[in-house]
Amino acid sequence: MSASVPATLVRVLGASVRLGNVTALRRVSLAVNRGDVIALVGANGSGKTTLLRLLHGLVDAGGARRLDDPGAVQAMVFQRPFMLNMTVWNNLRLALWLARRRVPRAEAAQRAYEALQRVGLLESRDRPARVLSGGEQQRFALARAWAVRPDLLLLDEPTANLDPSAKKEVEALLHGFAADGMTLVMSTHNLGQAKRLATRVIYLDHGEIRLDAPTARFFGASADDRARLFLKGELPWALE
Amino acid sequence: MNEFAQSARSALDLIVHADAALVRTVALSLAVSGTACACAAAFGLIGGAWLAVARFRALPILILLLNTLLALPSVVVGLAVYLLLSRSGPLGAWGILFTPAAMVIAQTILVLPVVAALARQLVADAMVEGGDPLRSMGAGPLVSALLMLAHERWAVVTLLLTAFGRAISEVGAVMIVGGNIEGVTRVMTTAIALETSKGDLPLALALGLVLLGVVAVLNVGIAVIQRGRFMAPLIEAR
Repeated sequence: MSASVPATLVRVLGASVRLGNVTALRRVSLAVNRGDVIALVGANGSGKTTLLRLLHGLVDAGGARRLDDPGAVQAMVFQRPFMLNMTVWNNLRLALWLARRRVPRAEAAQRAYEALQRVGLLESRDRPARVLSGGEQQRFALARAWAVRPDLLLLDEPTANLDPSAKKEVEALLHGFAADGMTLVMSTHNLGQAKRLATRVIYLDHGEIRLDAPTARFFGASADDRARLFLKGELPWALE
Repeated sequence: MNEFAQSARSALDLIVHADAALVRTVALSLAVSGTACACAAAFGLIGGAWLAVARFRALPILILLLNTLLALPSVVVGLAVYLLLSRSGPLGAWGILFTPAAMVIAQTILVLPVVAALARQLVADAMVEGGDPLRSMGAGPLVSALLMLAHERWAVVTLLLTAFGRAISEVGAVMIVGGNIEGVTRVMTTAIALETSKGDLPLALALGLVLLGVVAVLNVGIAVIQRGRFMAPLIEAR
């Protein structure tokens, strides 16, 4: 049998990140374990996006990020999906070409086909990607990420600015990914969504992790006063 | 006024009857400027894209220098290329002074900074939106930059048409390195200068009209491309 697979995919240890004059993250530590579905919650500017970017390696934190399984594949879906000025199909093939070290060439076309089928965009394959609706663009971004079969998928507010129907479609896809064993870390302002999808909730406040708890505990009697205020919709900055 | 009207009539006559000297001059102009733009595009687009993503200490100085070269006077380029290609110059052995090849080199040098500087800005702006997502997908800096050129291909075409407009309308550099030799290196701008000094206003005017026509066609091309670029999503969305 093969060597055991590390239970933790990526961890950050005491990471602090400054963006210009602003400290976006302060001494943040966490471990993302296989099978986790983590919701990052917190007010605007609390550091959710920076933490996602740090986990993905897009932000340098001076060696505070450690990959326990360097072979694990990561993908990220950004809040505003970026698509090149070409068709849906070509955007997907390009993403698979860029991931060619991880995706065998012979499988690329089949994977692209399956990915579009999974998100219900197969019939839109020849349309310019940039004219898709907001919900379709987000589904396409999920298809593009799913096509490389990531072990860890990071999502930055994947349902922001979507109508309720599109939100539901995206949530159903994320639920399916998680059911397939994919590890998810997503930032969200939608506490209902966090409750529905996440197994673990991390509450960030002013760049610090104030609470990292299983979902049931977070939405139950959470220990942190500021998290409780956040859940009640009372923004901490307004009370200071 | 009467002389102008008469010259204009004669000029139109030359154009309508496709005067051989006129056609030869126009063809050479298009060939020289088109080749120069193709050469400048080959180096300038890739170089500009690279500058948009490169990170090294002297980068700000290089960008400052490149932007300064946007205003490079064509006579200065002509003089520099003349010194390089003249018999006693470092490239004198090539023996291409007063040939169309020398004119292509001069115009390439003239429009290269235009192509590179505009391409750098274009890619840098596009990377603000797409840099991180492409990096996330596994694209390196140069691959990302080249993908951005493909992404912004309509803007690239506009950029190249702008460079072609600069090349075909300049007179100083081609006059110095080409020598304005009839049938060999005479292009529209040098012919206009010569015919005006000789008092052959109809031919000068005809060439001027053709030159304006070429620039007008370029502008129409830019407008069509931009219209297509902005209209395509609307048509698709219906």
